[in-house]
Amino acid sequence: MTGERIERTDLPEPRYEFGGDDHVFVELDEAMSFDANFEAMAITQQIRDRDLEGVTEICPANASYMVRFDPDVIHPETMVEELKEIAAETDISEYSWKTRIVEVPVLFDDPWTHETLMNFRDRHQDPDATDLEYSARINGFDSVEAFLDAFVGAPHMVTMVGFVPGLPWCFQMVPKSEQMEVPKYVQPRTDTPSRAVGFGGAFSVVYPVQGAGGYQLYGRTPIEVLDVDQELPAFEDSMVFPNPGDILTYRRIDREEYDAIREEVEAGTYEYTIEDVEFTPEEFFEAPHEYNEQLVGVLAG
Amino acid sequence: MIEITDGGISTTVQDLGRFGQYHIGMPPSGAMDQFSHEVANALVGNDPDAATLEMTYAGANVRFEEDAVVALAGAKMPARIDGETVPMHEAVRVEAGQELETEFASEGARTYLAVTGGIDVPEVMESRSTYTLVGIGGHEGRTLEEGDELAVADNGADLDAVVGNSAPEEHLRDFTTASVRVVVGLCDYRLTDESRERLCDVEWTVTPEADRVGYRLEGPELEFVEREQPFGAGTDPSNVVDVGYPIGSIQLPQKPIVLMRDAVTGGGYATVGTVISADRDLLAQRRTHQSVTFDAVTVDEALEVRQAIEDDLEAIRDGLER
Repeated sequence: MTGERIERTDLPEPRYEFGGDDHVFVELDEAMSFDANFEAMAITQQIRDRDLEGVTEICPANASYMVRFDPDVIHPETMVEELKEIAAETDISEYSWKTRIVEVPVLFDDPWTHETLMNFRDRHQDPDATDLEYSARINGFDSVEAFLDAFVGAPHMVTMVGFVPGLPWCFQMVPKSEQMEVPKYVQPRTDTPSRAVGFGGAFSVVYPVQGAGGYQLYGRTPIEVLDVDQELPAFEDSMVFPNPGDILTYRRIDREEYDAIREEVEAGTYEYTIEDVEFTPEEFFEAPHEYNEQLVGVLAG
Repeated sequence: MIEITDGGISTTVQDLGRFGQYHIGMPPSGAMDQFSHEVANALVGNDPDAATLEMTYAGANVRFEEDAVVALAGAKMPARIDGETVPMHEAVRVEAGQELETEFASEGARTYLAVTGGIDVPEVMESRSTYTLVGIGGHEGRTLEEGDELAVADNGADLDAVVGNSAPEEHLRDFTTASVRVVVGLCDYRLTDESRERLCDVEWTVTPEADRVGYRLEGPELEFVEREQPFGAGTDPSNVVDVGYPIGSIQLPQKPIVLMRDAVTGGGYATVGTVISADRDLLAQRRTHQSVTFDAVTVDEALEVRQAIEDDLEAIRDGLER
């Protein structure tokens, strides 16, 4: 397992597309890769730094990005020219960024997501298995335990935030040969518990609020990713916790610990386990497992 | 202070919207029909970003505790003050203790009620707009109910001067049209050539699932180009590696959904075009079971329409006292 690098991806020519007269959508690749995502993050950071007049939203996504602007201030064609110029000046090899490593405790196979997934078996690919059993099997694992070991065995990077406020899409920081992939439900569920931890395509997510969803359900975290009243210390600056580029490391907990953390969260006193780190793509690509160990080690230290 | 004596079907406080937070999943919210919101504000002497009440299908009833000037704009909604008919698109006086009563909209879906000074609720992320999904903005982050009391700001406008302001018909928008203009694009390469043509050829119908998040439309099946799905996209042909969704974008889980101002900000369904900024107002006035057609335009044509609408607004403002 050690020694394997992250294969670099040669990205195709980006596609610049107009979203009406007030958005530009830029597809960097049709497939997900760290190269595409880091490019999206680097370019959107440059756009932010330039502070262009008329730009109202700058949104990095998994393998694309989007800007929204006031066309009365900046013409859509001019916007595209600006973006092309910024892209030409961006090289992720020379890039590094300040980010955070965050521990996310998870009670896997918890009673709440279990009840939900059992209620929606008729919308699932494999009605006779649980989502964990199904995911383990189609990814070639002998057991749910082995699958979960892999799931928590390496951190997941937040490659996009959205759908609803605070929902992180996370891509596991391992070589492609170790990436897991699962389909979404055949028909989306009409219900998902808040704080459910799910997996779909190649992305893990944490559902901020109760609602519809189509990802395979694995567990539930006692911590929040959205706190509209900003009562928890981790939400001092924003009601949304995750930021694109954050690195999440899932930690398996038992029911007792879940309840204890949940009590602190509800009291508004829970302190998230977070450390600031500098992320250097080049070093990560060279030796991902060693690099991840260092990152996660910062939390233990 | 005003008191809601009947909340209607779905009435919320809205302004021009909340910006700069889309990348954390926070949609802009704000008035679905921005043009009508701005007209209502202009009539009563408010700035465009003052908060109004957006009333959907059936209006609210409102009692005024102080003298005020109000105006209704957008969907045609019969309204009375103490039995006296209140015309649309005209600033009228309400005396302390009087009640404005509204009925079902006879044309269009959303009517804006502006009060001189603007509805004064606390700002959340620099906006008073209500976003009900997570319960922020507006009045307690929710739709208005009987008994709610809302403060009205004082912007120094001369009530006597603004009374009688009206907007000439020729500068208002026509909600009877089914046509909304779109710029086709984004991930439209996922559609077969035939389906891409059908998108703009056929008549779509607004389903009952049409709200501030999105308008789900009913119509013929569209087909995707067969391909081996790229890594991370998911197995369904409609799936793409998750992208950001423009406001007004048309996504295709199977049948089209046009995302509106409380949009989900991103996801893994292929998007195939975007309703132009000026015509999102028109779509917001289409009602369940009405038809919608998409007319493909270029970005430059979209900008021309935008300019024409801004000229209309300017012409309305030029004729007003404040």
